[in-house]
Amino acid sequence: MKITVTVNGQTSTADCEPRRTLADFLRHDLGLTGVHVGCEHGACGSCTVLLDGATARSCCVLAVQADGSEITTVEGLATTSLSPLQESFRRHHALQCGFCTPGMLAVATELLRDNPSPTEAEIRTAISGNLCRCTGYHNIVTAIAAARDQGDSPNADTPPQPPEA
Amino acid sequence: MKAARFDYVRATTVDVAVDALARGAVALAGGQSLVPLLNARSRRPEVVVDVSRLPLTGVEQDGSTLVLGALTRLRAAETSPVVRRAVPLLAEALTHVGHVSVRNRGTVGGSVAHADPAAELPAVFLALDAVFTARGPGGTREVDARDFFLGPYRTALAPDELLTDIRVPLPPPTARHGLAELSRRPNDLAITAVFTSVTLTDRVVTEARIAVAGAAPTPIRAHAAEELLRGQALTPEVLAGVADAAADATDPVDDVHAPAAYRRDMTAVLTRRALRQAVGG
Ligand SMILES: Cc1cc2nc3c(=O)[nH]c(=O)nc-3n(C[C@H](O)[C@H](O)[C@@H](O)COP(=O)(O)OP(=O)(O)OC[C@H]3O[C@@H](n4cnc5c(N)ncnc54)[C@H](O)[C@@H]3O)c2cc1C
Ligand code: FES
Ligand code: FES
Repeated sequence: MKITVTVNGQTSTADCEPRRTLADFLRHDLGLTGVHVGCEHGACGSCTVLLDGATARSCCVLAVQADGSEITTVEGLATTSLSPLQESFRRHHALQCGFCTPGMLAVATELLRDNPSPTEAEIRTAISGNLCRCTGYHNIVTAIAAARDQGDSPNADTPPQPPEA
Repeated sequence: MKAARFDYVRATTVDVAVDALARGAVALAGGQSLVPLLNARSRRPEVVVDVSRLPLTGVEQDGSTLVLGALTRLRAAETSPVVRRAVPLLAEALTHVGHVSVRNRGTVGGSVAHADPAAELPAVFLALDAVFTARGPGGTREVDARDFFLGPYRTALAPDELLTDIRVPLPPPTARHGLAELSRRPNDLAITAVFTSVTLTDRVVTEARIAVAGAAPTPIRAHAAEELLRGQALTPEVLAGVADAAADATDPVDDVHAPAAYRRDMTAVLTRRALRQAVGG
């Protein structure tokens, strides 16, 4: 079946078997190997991408279901330089082998967009479905919190609203 | 693993979907349970019919009923002001169903049709006496929640029936709810979870609903426990009796996640917690 997707701003049309997951389609057909595949059954979160602006585990989506969608992979988070969140991961040593990192960045990007000032508990809940075998999570939480404190969100220009009287 | 080969049909109308189901296809909604099963080759359908683009989405209040389209995404239901206002127990339960990435894709109807005995939504719909609408080749029928869940991953839906909507009678505005879930990590599938809705008049319980997930082959209602609550004030003694009665209603199994006796004991503990949350004490 022919499908058309816009990935990191670039539109591609490709033929693909119905059984191909979006993860395999992005990796094998489009060469975006930043999509990491750990478990292929929704358990590890490493394959998470932004699908029409919302995170999705690309191993749990058939590529044919994504026909017509816009997708952002980790390759699309950085433009000419790292995004502030990626920069914060680098600065705070939030990765060792890097296998979980694309998924962590996807859920953290969504979190900071939807909730620009999450508590530490909210950060931990947001990444609770993403497994990391290296870092013990501590530095990942630190990096996301530091990005939050720098106002790393699309809403950063809006000053915090005073609570309603 | 990679899924075995199958043909793919994208349903453009409910009739196309039902027609494909009648010819043996398996429905694919948000894919959050089905795609992992396909990848593991636990399920090997010849044809998959993608129903996720059917316009059976959205949430609305119709008089004293909340109507949820079966294909409403879990995250959309969770963040819907209508759900939060009309059935706050459902809104809170939704925050426990998987992670945000799973709720972004998974659908309310998919969770019901999948019928995992530990799943939150089937238990909530059982607690609130929801009614499910199914559409098959012969037309539409309604199934009460109490007749719907037949066993682990087994429901009253025939293979050629599509779940189209879920109708939840609104609890009275004075009803309060409580929810207590035990899981390994936040947003994992429950080991055991208890959902309650209670109405009080002058501190006396006039109406009580208690449903338990993860403690029997299907979600269950603890009817004897509900009966013990009606007409009573929630004293520690009453609470202890009700919690024991809820544990007695369970029929748990041993598995890798927890022994049966633990699930049974935790049902009593979680019932107490959920009821305390409901009455705010
Ligand atoms: C990491 C992870 C964590 C999870 N955690 C939880 C959790 O905590 N609690 C929980 O309850 N679930 C959990 N789940 C399971 C999943 O989220 C739910 O079962 C739900 O999202 C399934 O809905 P779906 O739309 O994705 O259904 P699909 O996966 O598309 O379908 C599931 C089944 O239902 C059938 N079906 C779907 N829609 C219909 C319909 N309209 N009519 C007839 N049949 C239909 C399909 O044929 C299939 O058999 C988790 C899943 C993952 C991957
Ligand atoms: S590879 Fe998709 S969740 Fe593990
Ligand atoms: S850095 Fe290695 S898995 Fe997270």
